[in-house]
Amino acid sequence: MSEELHEVRLVVNGATYDVTVPGRRLLSDALRHDLRLTGTHVGCEHGVCGSCTVLVDGTPMRSCLMLAVSAVDAEITTVEGLALADGSLSPVQQAFKDCHGLQCGFCTPGFLTTITAGIRDNPQPTREEAREMIAGNLCRCTGYQNIVKAVERAAELTSAPRRSSSVETPPGEHL
Amino acid sequence: MTTKLFGAKVPRVEDDRLLRGNGRYADDLMPGALESAVLRSPHAHARIVHIDVDAVLDCEGVHAVYTYEDLTGPMAAPLPLLIPHPALTHGRTQYALAKDEVNYVGEAIAFVVADDRYLAEDAIGKIKVDYEFLPPVVGIDNARKAERLVHDDVPGNIGARLEQNVGDAPAAIAAAPHRLELDLVIERSASTPMEGRAVVSRWDPDQARLQVWSSTQTSTGVRAAVAAQLGLDLGQVDVITPDVGGGFGVKINHPWPEELLVPLAAIALGRPVRFTEDRREHFISSAHERQQVQHIEVGFDDDGRLLGLDVEFWHDHGAYTPYGLIVPIITSTQLLGPYKPDNYRVVFESLYTNTVIVTPYRGAGRPQGVYAMERTMDAIAAYLKKDRTEIRATNFIQPDEFPYDHQLVFQDGRPLVYDSGDYPALLEKIKALVGWDEFEQFRTEMAAEGRRVGLGLACYVEGTGVGPYEGAHVQIETSGNVKVATGLTSQGQGHQTVFAQLVADVLGCSFEDIEIVTGDTRRMPYAVGTFASRAAVMSGSAIHLAATRAREKALRIAADALEADAADLEIVDGIVSVKGTTGPTISLGTLAVLSNPLRYAFDEVSKAATQFSVGRPEKPPVAEDDEPGLEGRDFYSPERSTFASGMHAVIVETDPDTAEIKILKYAVVHDCGHLINPMIVEGQIHGGVAQGVGGALYERMVYDESGQLLNASFMDFLMPYVTEVPESIDIDHLETPSPLNPLGIKGAGEAGVIPSAAVFAAAIEDAEGFPITTMPISPSELFELRRRHSVVEPTHAVVELVETTTPEEDSP
Ligand code: FES
Ligand code: FES
Repeated sequence: MSEELHEVRLVVNGATYDVTVPGRRLLSDALRHDLRLTGTHVGCEHGVCGSCTVLVDGTPMRSCLMLAVSAVDAEITTVEGLALADGSLSPVQQAFKDCHGLQCGFCTPGFLTTITAGIRDNPQPTREEAREMIAGNLCRCTGYQNIVKAVERAAELTSAPRRSSSVETPPGEHL
Repeated sequence: MTTKLFGAKVPRVEDDRLLRGNGRYADDLMPGALESAVLRSPHAHARIVHIDVDAVLDCEGVHAVYTYEDLTGPMAAPLPLLIPHPALTHGRTQYALAKDEVNYVGEAIAFVVADDRYLAEDAIGKIKVDYEFLPPVVGIDNARKAERLVHDDVPGNIGARLEQNVGDAPAAIAAAPHRLELDLVIERSASTPMEGRAVVSRWDPDQARLQVWSSTQTSTGVRAAVAAQLGLDLGQVDVITPDVGGGFGVKINHPWPEELLVPLAAIALGRPVRFTEDRREHFISSAHERQQVQHIEVGFDDDGRLLGLDVEFWHDHGAYTPYGLIVPIITSTQLLGPYKPDNYRVVFESLYTNTVIVTPYRGAGRPQGVYAMERTMDAIAAYLKKDRTEIRATNFIQPDEFPYDHQLVFQDGRPLVYDSGDYPALLEKIKALVGWDEFEQFRTEMAAEGRRVGLGLACYVEGTGVGPYEGAHVQIETSGNVKVATGLTSQGQGHQTVFAQLVADVLGCSFEDIEIVTGDTRRMPYAVGTFASRAAVMSGSAIHLAATRAREKALRIAADALEADAADLEIVDGIVSVKGTTGPTISLGTLAVLSNPLRYAFDEVSKAATQFSVGRPEKPPVAEDDEPGLEGRDFYSPERSTFASGMHAVIVETDPDTAEIKILKYAVVHDCGHLINPMIVEGQIHGGVAQGVGGALYERMVYDESGQLLNASFMDFLMPYVTEVPESIDIDHLETPSPLNPLGIKGAGEAGVIPSAAVFAAAIEDAEGFPITTMPISPSELFELRRRHSVVEPTHAVVELVETTTPEEDSP
């Protein structure tokens, strides 16, 4: 007996995709395998690691805990949609680069989406708030030291006028 | 002038791609590949009576199902025992799919290939297996009792027993003025990379060629194993390591059953096939590490000098021994750390249990060894009522004693000889960094506020850069771009960046023009792998040597072209010129053109190399001892490992009521020789420390008596979030170069995690005033220990040793 399929329209990073999926297909799988947006990673599939975090109408959500069919009518942003319109890295992405906030990069998309929403809601986080902002995401490589610095750096880059950004500042300064 | 990049905090070239979501991990590749799932044993120990796959055969979307019955030839034999050792008298490995018997929960029994993973899992659920249950052996105590056996033909559950002796430790201890005994326990943890195992494979019938992408730490190892097990020529198999989401040791073991079954199915079905492990599978069917029970006897003089050290330990290696004895051998040798006991005896038994296999996890046996040694040092200090740093200093190998020969055999089968180090200098640095001398003052102040704090210290020496070899190929293209390949793999260490730094320094070309490829057997078929903190030392050295060859050739051709002496030439920004002159110059790209005598011109640049333009008519176009192309290839194969060292210190606060353990300060001093990129080295230390905190305070694998892993999820296995790691980690470096390689470097990958169990045990013991002998330790365990010791007021100076250490009659 074959599975019932649903035609679903997903809006991801501003583009519209029509896909046909079974009701049980996870949003994470739909993004990765049906839409080929493989930047969203799956580290646990039980909602704990945060690697699969995407923004659903601006709110960080674990795409492994959502069904694709429940994401219709939502605006989804994945890591592929974070860069600025001119193609340059977003402040959060740039901050990760400046602060050596990633090693293997597997957890990184989940941190980037989470922090993007976090900085939007709290543009000037204290050290404590910066730690709080990433406290639901697991990383096995970095020991989080440089990710916390990246949150602070992202806040700096977001509030500073754009062109005074990281480019001129040697990265060592932020370490 | 091109500035030297060695030693600079060069930002990573890997980042841009990864930050945009353009990383390519194994599960991201090959859209449309069939997907697979594995039926795993739900029982720790059982005989398989019958497997019924009938219900699966006509499931929609299912393409194939395999059980042991379907395997033939080498695939039907047990998986390879990768590292045999004469002491491993009873080595056993599992089959790709279980034959007759299963020995741990998670062991692969059947393999299903379907249109997608959902359908493959549906099918797995329909397979019926009849089991005859056998009593499981769980835990070291049960393994030692041997009332039940894991393998019928392995008496006593003992896979190996290995003893090494330097002098006569038992006699030295018997004659020593003071003696102590310690019994220590350390539990299981695991690498737990964020990306689990994953493999995808494609068979190309047109070329009779197999391609395999695996999330592995050794592409050449996987290649050799796949070729051997599937009966293919090595030349028919390419293994490519894509981006890997962390390894930390677990991905050095190979071939996993899935690494063979996926290519097998891809060939049989003529379609690409993928396996991507889920998190539960990673917990129950990849590999763990760390668990040991240790008994230590030590004899020492009034100054705490080690006269005799006698260590016996029992190592739980799980149900099979694919990785041989590497972990316990490392424990038994690296246990000595920076110290030089007069007499040393170590004996271990490596034991079977009905649990998942044990293979190296970052640190690979060293954390256990350091734990044994450093607990012993602290016990001696407490017994003699001396400062803990003083006892250590008394036993250090001194800077003028290198090379220092321990007269033991190391994990690579070579003598354990330390190449260089300066342990007294490290000790001074760590004392300054953590505030060792001011700590009693701090303790008093905190006590006045009703707060309880403790300070711990642990020292280690780490053999890094183990052989046998790594190689590199450097090619300067006619565009001036430089393509470099080395065979070992990358899992986030920033190899593309640090290796490019090395090449830029040698070739004098721009960093941006260099591309580094790792872990692709098409580009470098000779390689070993990424483990034992060896990548920078081994491939770094090989790349340096290969680039030097390419440079020599470039200068030789340039000398001809510029009619100058090669010794007078320099390369700056990719342009060769005669030093100190403004005369003619030639670019590396042009030299690449000239290096390859051509018959045909295919563009403007190549005209310069055609037969009527270059060469002297009286000589062959390519000299007898030369080859066309501007390339360099070389291998680095050191005589033995190079030994990095370091010390960690931590200040903890333990809550007097809840026994919660808080980290107030964490300090690391580290000597890995010259640093290629300090930013990356510090990142490695950060990550290691976080794993160490996890291993000391939170993480453990909890098996129940029937062999079920009770916490096989991130809900229950407490991997640290940011909230569990120290707010900052203070790091200081010492740079004692290694004389063994051209760059004077030592490995740094594992350093952060090695001393954690020891340093936390020491700090908690110091805070609480009673011995800590089992790690990891949770607040509830600490609470329970307090109850047992019913310590009203902790006494810091004297550590009570009655329960675990027996001071024997103390001669005056
Ligand atoms: S994969 Fe979704 S939270 Fe881990
Ligand atoms: S960078 Fe590897 S898991 Fe975070």
